[in-house]
Amino acid sequence: MAAHGTFDREKLVEHFEFSAKAKKTIFTIAGIGLIFALIGIILLATDSGHDEHANLIESGNTLASISEEGTSGIEAGGHGDEHHAEYHWTQRLKANFWVNSIFFLGIAVIGVFFVAIQYVATAGWSAGIKRVPEAFGWAVPVFAGFLGFTFIWGNHELFHWTHDYLYVENTPGYDAIIAGKAPYLNLPFFSGRMIVFLAVWTLFFYLIRKNSLAEDKATSFDEVYKKYRNMVKLSAGFLVFFAVSSSMAAWDWVLSIDTHWFSTMFGWYVFASWWVSGLAAITLAIILIKEAGYLKFINENHLHDMGKYVFAFSIFWTYIWFSQFLLIYYANIPEETIYFIERLGTHYAPAVFVILILNFAFPFLFLMTRESKRKHITLKIAAIAVLIGHYIDFWLMITPGTLKEHGSFGFLEAGLPFVFVGIFAYIVCYNLAKNKDSLVAKNHPLLEEAYNHHI
Amino acid sequence: MAATEAQKMELNKHFVVGVFDDEDTLADAITFVKEKGIKIHEVFTPYPIHGLEHKLGYKHSWLPTAAFLFGATGTTLALIMQIGMLGVDWPMIIGGKPFIAVPDFIPVTFEMTVLLAAFGMVGSFLVSQDMKPHKVPRIFDRRATDDKFIMAIDLAENTLGEEQLKEVLKEAGTEEGTEEHPAIFRKDFTDEENNPSFIGYVRKLFSEGVLANDTSRPVKS
Repeated sequence: MAAHGTFDREKLVEHFEFSAKAKKTIFTIAGIGLIFALIGIILLATDSGHDEHANLIESGNTLASISEEGTSGIEAGGHGDEHHAEYHWTQRLKANFWVNSIFFLGIAVIGVFFVAIQYVATAGWSAGIKRVPEAFGWAVPVFAGFLGFTFIWGNHELFHWTHDYLYVENTPGYDAIIAGKAPYLNLPFFSGRMIVFLAVWTLFFYLIRKNSLAEDKATSFDEVYKKYRNMVKLSAGFLVFFAVSSSMAAWDWVLSIDTHWFSTMFGWYVFASWWVSGLAAITLAIILIKEAGYLKFINENHLHDMGKYVFAFSIFWTYIWFSQFLLIYYANIPEETIYFIERLGTHYAPAVFVILILNFAFPFLFLMTRESKRKHITLKIAAIAVLIGHYIDFWLMITPGTLKEHGSFGFLEAGLPFVFVGIFAYIVCYNLAKNKDSLVAKNHPLLEEAYNHHI
Repeated sequence: MAATEAQKMELNKHFVVGVFDDEDTLADAITFVKEKGIKIHEVFTPYPIHGLEHKLGYKHSWLPTAAFLFGATGTTLALIMQIGMLGVDWPMIIGGKPFIAVPDFIPVTFEMTVLLAAFGMVGSFLVSQDMKPHKVPRIFDRRATDDKFIMAIDLAENTLGEEQLKEVLKEAGTEEGTEEHPAIFRKDFTDEENNPSFIGYVRKLFSEGVLANDTSRPVKS
């Protein structure tokens, strides 16, 4: 309030330089990740990681005995022994690519989603930071490419329902449950949906970004107003499409791995995980960009709002996770409980508790006070914890269904996400630097509100 | 216990009140008045103004801490209650689950946490703000709930006299004021407003019936 009168749009213009130092940091992170991933791949390829210790075999037996009852999506007449024979280490590589592509595609598309929400709600506080999540959007087409590639490369290993023999009646391989889902889960329709979702997300991002940059060049108020109205319309359109498509994408890309199983919460569950990871990534990006000397007028008040977002949606994710878990636990129907038996009754069990601690207990207690939401260091710690937690969350959604008892968290799992982090950070920085003077949306009609934001 | 005359004087509060036209003048006036070394008792505005609490030098509220403690109490009580009832006192097999099936207890635990945190926070707020039933509010100027911004300075808390304080307030930029509603005025509160008695309040409730006839409350100006 006291800052009235000192607001000058032209003075807020900032140009982001993609410095050599930033590039070096990004390449170092990606390089270390790549080394880890390569070590993991070599270990897997030379089969030294193949000898599972006692509890893995035990859990394998659990999975095998489950499959004998015909309740899980394991190959026809699946026995544990057959599985050992079928398993090839590249399967694990494919599953990891799938986890990373989905996780990072989610963060990228959440950037666009965040901007869209701000426009539809006519929020003013975020006007100063909106170019950061907006730049996330460029990663959508890139990770969409990764996703498509991984699907073409490994659809048989990732998705049990892609096997033709499941649909031939009166053969030993026939699976009535999966055959019943054939109208929805078939390759042409599935790939069609995938292409449409990814293409429309990219298209909406492209239009939003183009309109947003055009706003900077506007000279009159009428022009700015027109751009703003355009933005609201585009955002509303995107939100409607994303509301449906994010849910369907979750069914397709994650839920259908456990083909026999189903959960009506799943769309929300994946969205909640994406959304809070995206918010943590946006918070982290803003802090890192600010610490590099940009976004000068962004202060702890704006960060406080981002902190509240991360705090609130960590609880939201837990609410969704627990709602799904409690109903299945309480009803105790075999075809539903299989999902949690595969996770809590096997060597995956520790990961379930790790995600609950990293995604709920830690951010809940750590971000509770006002001060911890306003300081760089506490926000960075919380954001990184949430990002790691949700990466493990996605790993836990996908791995038990694809790799069964062969999945575990090793060098490959620890290294590959950092390669993706590197790619992601490079895309964001490159695009922030590409358009001159575009780090702050200087003509945003609500920029003054963001400038004077105070909580 | 009858208060002595001196104690009564202590309880009897005297204020100098300034009326301002808008939030910016008020904000500037706060800085101006504080720079003169004058302690401001309180300001009243028709709506919350961000940043004013920093200008006035308010400490952070301890209500969030109270809420957390009440919430933690709720969590503990709920868990003890359910484990005690279903695990110890009267174990029952429900849906083939163990007697102490923690996931089943979470919804009730959550509700108890929220309930105690909410009630506890409201209760703490009422206690901390001294909002008891027989409280008679000190109203400096009713226009603070409409379109004016009020600053009250306690005479007892400042060394400057009434006239000097009025002079400072005038310099700080109070509104024009009218004959009926002066911009700067002295406000004294009665003993009853300063120190309402609970017994008197109850007696009045019984003898006069309803609060509508409560003459101890300030009449509309």
